[in-house]
Amino acid sequence: MKEKYLINARIIDPQNQIDEMGGLIIDTKGLIKAVGKKVVNGNLPTTAEKIDLKKQVLIPGLVDMRVFVGEPGYEYKESFRTLSNAALSGGVTSVVSMPNTSPVIDSVSMVDFLKRRGRDKSKINIFPSASLTKNTDGKQMTEFGLLKRKGIIAFTDGIKTVQNPQVMARIMNFASQSQSLIIQHAEDNILSEGGLINDGEISTRLGLKGIPSLAEKIIVERDLSFLEEYFCRYHISQISSAKTVSVIKKAKEEGKIFTAGVSINNLSLNENDIGDFKTFLKLSPPLRTENDRLSLVESVNNGIIDVIVSDHKPQDEESKRLTFSQSATGAIGVETLLSLALEHFHNKSIKLDKLLASVTSNPAKILGINKGSLKVGNDADLCVLDINKPWVVKQSELKSKSKNTPIENRKLQGQVLKTFIKGEIAYERIL
Amino acid sequence: MAVIKKFKAVKISQNHLLGIQDLSFSEVSYILDEAKDFIKLNKSTSKKTDVLRGKTQINLFFEPSTRTQSSFELAGKRLGADVMSMNIVNSAIKKGETLIDTAMTLNAMHPDIIVVRHQDSGAPNLLSQKVNCSVINAGDGRREHPTQALLDALTIINRRGKVEGLKIAICGDILHSRVARSNIYLMSMLGAEINVVAPKTLLPHSIERLGVNVFTDMKKGLDNCDIVMMLRLQNERMQGSFLPSAREYYEYFGLTPDKMAKAKKEALIMHPGPMNRGVEIDTNLADDINKSVIREQVELGVAVRMACLKIYCKKI
Repeated sequence: MKEKYLINARIIDPQNQIDEMGGLIIDTKGLIKAVGKKVVNGNLPTTAEKIDLKKQVLIPGLVDMRVFVGEPGYEYKESFRTLSNAALSGGVTSVVSMPNTSPVIDSVSMVDFLKRRGRDKSKINIFPSASLTKNTDGKQMTEFGLLKRKGIIAFTDGIKTVQNPQVMARIMNFASQSQSLIIQHAEDNILSEGGLINDGEISTRLGLKGIPSLAEKIIVERDLSFLEEYFCRYHISQISSAKTVSVIKKAKEEGKIFTAGVSINNLSLNENDIGDFKTFLKLSPPLRTENDRLSLVESVNNGIIDVIVSDHKPQDEESKRLTFSQSATGAIGVETLLSLALEHFHNKSIKLDKLLASVTSNPAKILGINKGSLKVGNDADLCVLDINKPWVVKQSELKSKSKNTPIENRKLQGQVLKTFIKGEIAYERIL
Repeated sequence: MAVIKKFKAVKISQNHLLGIQDLSFSEVSYILDEAKDFIKLNKSTSKKTDVLRGKTQINLFFEPSTRTQSSFELAGKRLGADVMSMNIVNSAIKKGETLIDTAMTLNAMHPDIIVVRHQDSGAPNLLSQKVNCSVINAGDGRREHPTQALLDALTIINRRGKVEGLKIAICGDILHSRVARSNIYLMSMLGAEINVVAPKTLLPHSIERLGVNVFTDMKKGLDNCDIVMMLRLQNERMQGSFLPSAREYYEYFGLTPDKMAKAKKEALIMHPGPMNRGVEIDTNLADDINKSVIREQVELGVAVRMACLKIYCKKI
């Protein structure tokens, strides 16, 4: 592999607080050799390859902490290959895969399969998570230490929440031994039972059973109480309401150490978007009120929320062409994560460095991986984007195997042009 | 509000009757005017017309129903339509067929109108997107039951001349009731003031945003009302966590003579049926011919459904 000189770019690296015109050198092993304004056009070695980025923005490849892949068991929804293509076209170079497959990723023997498939079929970095409990049934904890040693990066029941407080307390207590990262999807099953959308005026009008925001708040409060007794690496997967934001804000002010994420859907849509029973907007956690959304946006901007995830959940058409209560939950989003997030930059509600940190360096730090920054010596996983380019989301143009986008026909601003993995161009938009 | 003259040129904007929320004031007036003509017909000795001769009506009921299904069946037959009622217990739905596939199958038989009841809110909307005929919602989940509200309005108009200016109390299980929702939309549109009365556990979130006054005290809620609409309390909710017992519910929310005394002297009692006597309503009150119009509701229900079938059958 030749050395590559990426020149004439606006380099933004939230981790190292760089935002300047310059370049980046990729060495022959695909690692970042140098970065910044000192890398300029001229006196390039003759052996090196020069790529003029024409003043476009160069950022670290995105790290998406919540992605569902259909392997094993639901290959018809998304395979590693289609996920990889989708992620690359959205500038995402690393993902944490959720364990809610069939069978569930809950044992050491599953990990080898995942790693092999991930390596053979995808170009992006797959960081598999395993379930917190066997078969995600909330009873018996999985082998954190052994699984972690095999390469599991985090533990979560994905779409499920450990309901039993005693089990959760023991999980948090035990996980600290292996320094395992616990990711909780916060939802009290009894309070949310049968619920379909946010509990409020819209649910009353549509006649759909509501999911109160209390169902989320109560689990977050419970787990944060446990955290006082049983300190471990703890991350709340995606929150949806202003009530939970205030709990998190207070806990962080008190000095508790944990992190929290939000789905791009809850950040960019609200319950009104469900309209006339649009099943593509049936999500978990549900879309809530505009006030909740604004509170989440503000929390990303002031650092109360650390991470934005795509919550990429492919569902085939058949599972969505049903009545609202029968239809499957979830939406795809890995391809549109960055562009949709940039809406908040363009409308000036989130500062660019905060926004980019929440999809690059922050998730990388939480996961403890050398990704999400342009540090010298890191893999050159990069994303080049035209930050102002207007475009319209079209189902037919998406690369994911499933087409359940919640933002069909949405006009976005900012589009990925090139994605590098370990210094190689893995994706290039044809203009 | 101006008196609306019979102008038959009113256009119904939608092809389907999915809910009161989709109707305009003039559309409602048009349907009710049409229904008035059928009241007379239904009382005559020869009840049959040929308005819908050659048309096919399919009743697709995914939930058990006695009065609504028979009312629609009779309405269609009196208009001369060929009526088929699907027995869902024996249908392919039980074998795992989806609603859309059932709809496509029925659609291939070229019906002119499908009357659907479904336990899922929004199911008629989904169905209407997939078939070439008109769809009439006969009740979907907790969302809407438009023909029930229309027949309630017709009953009130029949007795009181108009809905405008009346004070209507809707009492009971508002949370799970599609009848309550449709009536709130319709009676508000027609100019009534609406009180909803229920224990807090049976009130939906943000119900006040629908423009109603909310009461948890029956006597206050009924105060000076012209109409008292009782809702059925599903017995299965009794053991749930919504209420302590039928006895306690009856004590505070059952319609009894002393509570009824708070309403206007000439106030009417309505109930969409089927009734739980001694749970939500005193048995003597339910049969009080001076107050209760419950049987009249059933009678006018056929007329309203005939009007709806006639209007929507001709839409497509």
